[in-house]
Amino acid sequence: MSEPEPDTEARRIATEARDRARFEEEALSLADQVYRVARRLVGSREEAEDLVQETYARAFRSWRSFTPGTNMRAWLLRILTNLNVDRGRKIQRTPQAQPLEESDYYLANKMASAAGEAALETDEVVERLSQDSVVKALSEIPPQFRDVVVLVDIGDFTYADAAQILDVPIGTVMSRLHRGRRALKQHLAEEALA
Amino acid sequence: MSGDPCNRCEELLQDFLDRTLTDAEWREAEGHLTGCDYCARRYRFEESLRKYVRTSAVERMPPGLMAKLDELRGLDATA
Repeated sequence: MSEPEPDTEARRIATEARDRARFEEEALSLADQVYRVARRLVGSREEAEDLVQETYARAFRSWRSFTPGTNMRAWLLRILTNLNVDRGRKIQRTPQAQPLEESDYYLANKMASAAGEAALETDEVVERLSQDSVVKALSEIPPQFRDVVVLVDIGDFTYADAAQILDVPIGTVMSRLHRGRRALKQHLAEEALA
Repeated sequence: MSGDPCNRCEELLQDFLDRTLTDAEWREAEGHLTGCDYCARRYRFEESLRKYVRTSAVERMPPGLMAKLDELRGLDATA
């Protein structure tokens, strides 16, 4: 058999259309989660919207390169973070003079010394750190650390997923996460205890 | 290994929260947290901070965006 039968060809086209529609449905069902991560990776709502639209445009064009059954949310975020870097993030160099984030207990110890050990109880944390201060502190972390903190602590990605999304070894994810979280606490301490 | 058990606990605490410790490390951290108020308070603080960061940072998708994404369906690979 050299030429496919006309009805075989029609069936192939129908199957492909169905697979594609299924792919698009699944991708769109993840849009809110994709936006949530995008919004914290960039500075403004408009930028996040643009980035998500570009991501979906690229995803829909290259839907065939997605392997069904694998993690689509991670696949979409991989596209998104690549686009974000392409959008000129390379220009934004991480300052080398970044002060060394003191320790994991830095923020806790600052709060305890400013207001006593009782300040470390849950309600006090929420009372002292406004939502805005969290958002601002996140935006102030150097981008390469922020990406990891946002993916793991906000996007709920595993270390392995974050490594795949950012195309870095898992050890790099762990060390950036560690430093990123410390930097976040340092900025929060500046915000909350200023 | 660090000599001061509280320093050691601080070292383990983030991974404890991430649930990425080995069984032996887990037992070490848990054992210390059970008996040390100073670290137990910091553990609770770190745990609530994580949750608070997560909830504070979430911003829902703007209302018009879904329709825009929906319009992108069917984009041709050659376009």
